[in-house]
Amino acid sequence: MKRYNTGYYIREGVSGIFAHGFMSFASVCIIVACLIIMGSFSLLSFNVSSIIGQFEKDNVVIAYVSDSLSEDQARALQSQIEALPNVESAQFTTREEAMQKFEGNFTDKSLFENIDSSVFRHRFYVYMQDISLTEQTTNDIRGVSGIAEANSNLAVAQGFVTVRNIVRIVSFVLVAILLVISLFIMSNTIKLATFDRREEIAIMKMVGATNGFIRWPFVFQGFILGLAGALVAFIAQWILYTVFANMLLKSNAMSFITAVPFSSVAIPMFAVFIALGFGVGVAGSAMAIKNYLRV
Amino acid sequence: MVQLIDVFKAYENGTKALKGVNIKLEPGEFAFLVGPSGSGKSTIMKLITGEIAPTDGTVVVNGFNLVNIKMSKMPFLRRSLGVIFQDFRLIQKKTVYENVAFAMHAVGASPREIRKRVPYVLNLVGLDQKAKMRPFELSGGEQQRVAIARALVNNPSLIVADEPTGNLDPARSLEILMLLQKINELGTTVLVVTHEKALVDAFSQRVIAIDNGRIISDGMDGYYSYEEV
Repeated sequence: MKRYNTGYYIREGVSGIFAHGFMSFASVCIIVACLIIMGSFSLLSFNVSSIIGQFEKDNVVIAYVSDSLSEDQARALQSQIEALPNVESAQFTTREEAMQKFEGNFTDKSLFENIDSSVFRHRFYVYMQDISLTEQTTNDIRGVSGIAEANSNLAVAQGFVTVRNIVRIVSFVLVAILLVISLFIMSNTIKLATFDRREEIAIMKMVGATNGFIRWPFVFQGFILGLAGALVAFIAQWILYTVFANMLLKSNAMSFITAVPFSSVAIPMFAVFIALGFGVGVAGSAMAIKNYLRV
Repeated sequence: MVQLIDVFKAYENGTKALKGVNIKLEPGEFAFLVGPSGSGKSTIMKLITGEIAPTDGTVVVNGFNLVNIKMSKMPFLRRSLGVIFQDFRLIQKKTVYENVAFAMHAVGASPREIRKRVPYVLNLVGLDQKAKMRPFELSGGEQQRVAIARALVNNPSLIVADEPTGNLDPARSLEILMLLQKINELGTTVLVVTHEKALVDAFSQRVIAIDNGRIISDGMDGYYSYEEV
């Protein structure tokens, strides 16, 4: 692209925006709406993953050591357990510590006066990398020699995984649908501009303009509209999310949920919005002008 | 410069527009292409400008073989041509200067080249005083002069004019053809498509007559020869 042509492309692109002011405004609004919906679902998905991640940390497999093993022998099993696939770490707890922890759940200490810690077993709290593999990991732990039993809260783990998968799929489908809608609207806006300037395009072709020279002003037009939509959407998303997160924070019913601060996702979200705005703008305009270049 | 060798053209609807046409135009020549409506004049124009491809035969224009020309080379063929249309095809929202400069912009000329070349060409066609006016403020003859200036501005070696006087009165038509003759005298090859007998006969130039897709006469005898066939 020649340096002195760039100014011409931008001027023509901007004049194209104002020549069809209403359609330009409509396409920016559509991009804003689509990006906000996409962003909201992405933030929801991100928050759900974050909450599930927190729950995942608390979701453990408890591996009970066989009574026949001494404490030292029991401790020695740690390396075997940690060597199993999907095991993040294993934390050893003696039968005495287990009893203390159990007693801690009750206020009436007299209940435990005649109970000896020998009724409890040494145990490992096993943390996993991926809770969707809980069942497999539990079976693997059961297979370790010296482990009498292994228990896990399989239903809870499966529930978390199902929720996360649903949110991911819904987000993905919505993002894909909204992208197509944005692309369609952008393409139609540019099509209107190209239709209005079809004579000009025909003359350009006749005097020997390259397809690139004809295409660039429309690409700039789409680029500017896409960028404007992305910036407005990002600011609106920031405000909406902050308001919603504050409401969540003040709500007693949802006190166990904490929203991820917007600042922690702002940069990647800004980059994605700009990239999508740019992509929709440029791809939409390229699609729109294609037919006029076949002369 | 321009060579059509045994060219046939059949359209998708079955119309056989050209049936073995042979034309050779040497550099610096001035020629009229005459014939009644539907004789194949416009098809020849479109073949020369690369808008359509021949069904059979060879078309060579300014060194470009249009039978197998790549789409990426088409802009370069068109930069070597200046095309003038009956309906002027000017951009109404642009001034006379901008309409002419636009053709230079489109081929990537620098602003300096444009500032130098456009006033020269407008002066050549006698419109230097009307550079800031818009096409709708001009007469038909003046609008056609703008179109000629636009065709000329990129310094093409060949100008093809499709019925350039079709929308003008006889006096303005004569002016336009005299202007094209002046351009030809400056070294540009000119091919004018027309069906105006009186106008053609006013110039002692080569006349190629076509009818029903075939060349029926080619010589310096004016339009008359076509009428007698």
